[in-house]
Amino acid sequence: MNLDTTTALGRNVEDRVQLSRLTVGWEDTSRAATLRQHVGIYGPIPDASRLGRDGLLGEVAAAQLTGRGGAGFPTAVKMRGVASKRGPAVVVANGMESEPASEKDQALLARAPHLVLDGIALAAEAVGARDAHLCLAHTRDWLIDIVLAAVEERRRADVDPVPVSVHDLPHNYVSSEETSLVHWLNGGEAKPTNTPPRPFERGVAKRPTLVDNVETLAHVALIARYGAGWFREAGRGNAAGTMLTTVSGAVEQPGVYEIEAGSNVGDVLWMAGADPAAEAVLLGGYFGTWHQIGEVAGLPFTAAGLRPVHGAPGAAVIYVLPPGACGLVDAARILQYLASQSAQQCGPCMFGLPAIADDLGQLASARPEGDPFGRLHRRFGQIAGRGACRHPDGAVRMASSALRAFGADAHAHARRRVCLASARSQHNAPVMPVPRPVVEGGWR
Amino acid sequence: MSLKLEINPIACTGHGLCADLAPELVELDEWGYPIIHDRVPNDLAVHARRAVNACPTLALRLSRSQRHKEQN
Repeated sequence: MNLDTTTALGRNVEDRVQLSRLTVGWEDTSRAATLRQHVGIYGPIPDASRLGRDGLLGEVAAAQLTGRGGAGFPTAVKMRGVASKRGPAVVVANGMESEPASEKDQALLARAPHLVLDGIALAAEAVGARDAHLCLAHTRDWLIDIVLAAVEERRRADVDPVPVSVHDLPHNYVSSEETSLVHWLNGGEAKPTNTPPRPFERGVAKRPTLVDNVETLAHVALIARYGAGWFREAGRGNAAGTMLTTVSGAVEQPGVYEIEAGSNVGDVLWMAGADPAAEAVLLGGYFGTWHQIGEVAGLPFTAAGLRPVHGAPGAAVIYVLPPGACGLVDAARILQYLASQSAQQCGPCMFGLPAIADDLGQLASARPEGDPFGRLHRRFGQIAGRGACRHPDGAVRMASSALRAFGADAHAHARRRVCLASARSQHNAPVMPVPRPVVEGGWR
Repeated sequence: MSLKLEINPIACTGHGLCADLAPELVELDEWGYPIIHDRVPNDLAVHARRAVNACPTLALRLSRSQRHKEQN
């Protein structure tokens, strides 16, 4: 496909793609804001008990804040679900960020840990929690140190009524799933569990448990300070506020950006300096979907905006495939990685993911046996929706999107021909950095 | 009120007895794991119950079909 990406990317670009709310001051220093600097930027820490449960829930609802961890569920609905249950609740902040193409939660915790900790205290008040936990990947010692220092600063200043326990969990892809966190905090392995019950019904210590992504909680901290009206001043269409987005691949300036929610995919690509010759993107990360840029450039980077093309922003990741690279090769590598990250609990995931990874690998290397398309489509139908968690569903979605986005290449490969993309360049190895496909350090 | 056949995919280890006992409700995928038709017509309730009782890992259950509150 010969797409004039310059036009597609340059159209309708406004200055308002980038906004600084969570990211105030990030340009000036690479260090974490101290409690004092944090209060200097955002004003005093909100008095959660003065705002009260109803006040907080009402404000978060009016702000129309949605979860920033990937699922995009309305935060106020989730909070009310926990608050309505009997007995003291528990708050769990999810800072695991196991999606390899995402860096936003690490960036947020490393620069503005107090925004997240403010949010945890406010969420605890909103749902009636006496215990709060912050979960991080054990491989990131540097981040754990920053967060522990911030927690200690607050303990000395005596600002939080509810103490926050910081935990380091196994760093496997499915260990960041909310039931995995709850299972681990209850003394088990960091593997997803069967639902129901969901954590909001019975979670940590069998109590109603709110699991929220750390960025979501940081937004709560700002909504409590400045109000729902202020929050909604940003956001296009039905999208509210801002969102952190990780852009990587063939872009001049890869990194984490805070963008206005509802911005067009093309505007974000333009902002990060995407290679004008690039033709395809992976939206939503390893759990996301591949698209030709022309198909998505004019669409909002939101769940609703991308629904017509079977895509979703997930944890707000955009990876730009370098021009000349074969997307099937990268898709096959990602699928192999996802297969290796199965918790090996459910048959369709345990056996199905390696099977489709092998099918896609055969296609990618242009050495198919039999009818790989028929096999893949049959297996997609057999795998999706049959695990305890959504891991197999995400893997199937990513793989089937690759067949759509790189359809012409896939058919060329199926006939054992070199595809158009690899014919144009030297690339026939995967270009996207994929973590080693091993489950490191076990599950506990 | 109709009956619903539910599987715990973590508990299931693919013995496949359910597909033998209730072939109208359960088929096996290529790896031997059950694909369930969750709505159980009344005339098949006996077969469904037999499959539930025979499961060596207690991975099946029969419930009154009602909407589960879903979050996320």
